[in-house]
Amino acid sequence: MRAVGIILAGGRKTSMEALTNHRNNVAIPIGGAYRAIDFALTDFSLSGIKKVAVISQHNIRSLSDHISSSKWWDLGRKKSGLYLFTPDMLNADTLSFKGTADAIYQNIEFLKKSHEDYVVICSGEQIARMNFNKIIDYHEQKGSDLTIVCKKLEDQPVNDYGVMTLDADNRMIDFEEKPLQPESDIISLGVYVIGRELLINLLEEISKEGRHAFVQDVIIRYRHKLKIYGYFFNNYWKTVKDMNSFYQINMDFLDKDIRNTLLKNKGFVYTKAKDDAPVKYTAGCNVKNSILNGGDIISGTVENSIIFRKVIIEEGAIVKNSIIMESCLIERGAIVENAILDKEVRVTEGKTIIGKKNDPKVIRKKTTI
Amino acid sequence: MRKKEMIAMLLAGGQGSRLGVLTEQIAKPAVMFGGKYRIIDFPLSNCVNSGIDTVGVLTQYEPLLLTKHIGIGIPWDLDLTRGGVTVLSPYVTGNQGEWYSGTANAIYRNLRYIDSHNPEHVLILSGDHVYKMDYNEMLTYHKQKGAALTIAVIEVPMEEANQFGIMNTDSTGRVVEFEEKPKNPKSNLASMGIYIFDWAKLRTALIDDNSIHSNSDFGKHIIPYFLDKHEDVFAYTFKGYWRDIGTIQAFWEANMDLASILPEFNLYDSITPIYTNSDNYAPQYIANRGNVSQSMVSKGCEIEGTVYNSILSPNVKVEKGVVIRDSIIMENCIIREGSILNKVIISEDTAIGSHVKIGQGDDTISETKPHVYNTGITVIGSSTIIPDNVIIGKNCDIAGETRFEQYPDGRLESGKSLKGEV
Repeated sequence: MRAVGIILAGGRKTSMEALTNHRNNVAIPIGGAYRAIDFALTDFSLSGIKKVAVISQHNIRSLSDHISSSKWWDLGRKKSGLYLFTPDMLNADTLSFKGTADAIYQNIEFLKKSHEDYVVICSGEQIARMNFNKIIDYHEQKGSDLTIVCKKLEDQPVNDYGVMTLDADNRMIDFEEKPLQPESDIISLGVYVIGRELLINLLEEISKEGRHAFVQDVIIRYRHKLKIYGYFFNNYWKTVKDMNSFYQINMDFLDKDIRNTLLKNKGFVYTKAKDDAPVKYTAGCNVKNSILNGGDIISGTVENSIIFRKVIIEEGAIVKNSIIMESCLIERGAIVENAILDKEVRVTEGKTIIGKKNDPKVIRKKTTI
Repeated sequence: MRKKEMIAMLLAGGQGSRLGVLTEQIAKPAVMFGGKYRIIDFPLSNCVNSGIDTVGVLTQYEPLLLTKHIGIGIPWDLDLTRGGVTVLSPYVTGNQGEWYSGTANAIYRNLRYIDSHNPEHVLILSGDHVYKMDYNEMLTYHKQKGAALTIAVIEVPMEEANQFGIMNTDSTGRVVEFEEKPKNPKSNLASMGIYIFDWAKLRTALIDDNSIHSNSDFGKHIIPYFLDKHEDVFAYTFKGYWRDIGTIQAFWEANMDLASILPEFNLYDSITPIYTNSDNYAPQYIANRGNVSQSMVSKGCEIEGTVYNSILSPNVKVEKGVVIRDSIIMENCIIREGSILNKVIISEDTAIGSHVKIGQGDDTISETKPHVYNTGITVIGSSTIIPDNVIIGKNCDIAGETRFEQYPDGRLESGKSLKGEV
């Protein structure tokens, strides 16, 4: 194998507390059938990167449940595997990870024991399909020390991202984290290719100096010393940043082109296998422009919505512009509009949940309305 | 050697010739049923749900799809270091080889496989039936009775009893007589083709019988052997859904039943799920102009047309203007723009052109296979191509890549059969 993979399974997101209070960010449900991390895991597997470490420290249960068997992504092989690294409680100094670089540094044995030339680091919250081999090819061809996958954000503010300034050859001249006055519209996607030994050296070096952040202490601090290149990724890419982006990403799956880009053109996205029966549509149901998944039983009206598995929508119930997660029950005559229902929500007969178009109403897991 | 209490042997080598073109290139146990499943998923899942972790699957007729489907048994959690699923095909030994010549002969030829697991009991299953059953309960009954052989039976209507193997029992459930398709049945307890044998006794019986009958069969030879020897043979009455979907009509009805609001057969309970090898298709999408009702639709389907009272397997594309009624469409099929389908079964990987009409016209039964296609259902085989703008009748069967020129005046009348290039 050319590379090992590292998936950074993010920190807490207070803005999404209602959904992430009890689950890891990367285990958030996406597109009717997936968890966010499935996209990174699938692309690692399809790119031939079969040794993958997932580094995380919050709400591990939901994540470790999802990846408890690595066979769904074809990763658990003799010379490969899927590893979940969490902070080590035994060492008083490491009650948690102090930053992204520290998170990798605390598990540096994983890198030292490997023999692959490169490390690909990827965020577990991004929804995109990437061929990592192409990025490694580019990295080699440029003679790059560190390659950062980037994207031009033409019509959106970039203040919330790492912003890169590149020269004509795409070599990075400058990098600013969440700049107030951005000098470019090129953002870092948080996906990196770097030589394995170089990464080990850098992590050991900055750790000695008491530095822990990959962006601040590697990318920005070493921006002139290292040859850092930007690799432009032009396809669909979004990241689950907040409630709005979560809603929008899910709704994007109703667009045929986006569906093809994410689910078809580069091969299916793998996820933990479930054994649900096909969807049952009863005689009076009315379903338009929606995604549905196994085990659903639909007797009501569903429009412009993403329905996850094992959802029951009874006669006369109406669901519009909503995301309904696993095992929800929408009883007779209930109305759900512009809403996000977390797992196992029950909307009883005739009750109404109506959110605003740009501000969907979020109902917490296991709530009964 | 560690002992297994009970292992299962699943007979999956049959053709199922009454299913017509559905089993032309596919063994009956591998035929799709209920949308995403294949028939063999039912006995295999029953095994796993009953705690049986060692299953030998005997294949013979058209095994490719079946073998691929089973793989190393991952969907059923049968990828085990000890036991798990093993596909057992006929083989050559010394300088001669033979096909399996009968159900019991197939087991006889795999004595060494069973011996290697050293079981106390052996469960014999067939890959032809759709049902959910806890074999463990049957084993408990078998042990309680101290039986040498326990036969699962189901009560059938008395007037249909002459189509089954009928067990005549005493008040304790002991089988006193076995009659294969009796003209004047004395009971309505039909054999389901599910047996639990004491392995030592079955082993002896197989060896004895094989020296007499070269086509050793459970119904014809082994059960009579046990009865003749006055072994303890008991009937275990199963109550619940069980279908032998041996004919096109029975296959269609059993599928259609699943589309009703409360089907007799529940696939939606999570305690005894039916496992299958489902590929990583995307979730299904119903478009704005799509219209689906009284139907079951599987993963990966994209529906832009109308689907009513039908069963769709995974990854079926239904283009705009299409109207599908009372039909079964299997995996990876595409139905192009404007086609109208009535009462048709379409096997896997088949493409129906645009503005095709199927199931039109009179009820003439099949000319070449009247015993197969006679209830108005038209059947289209796997990897078949139907050209644009043709009209196809009822009770037709079509297989292979067909061209427009093969349809006189763009039509195939009811009861006709058509073969394209394979």
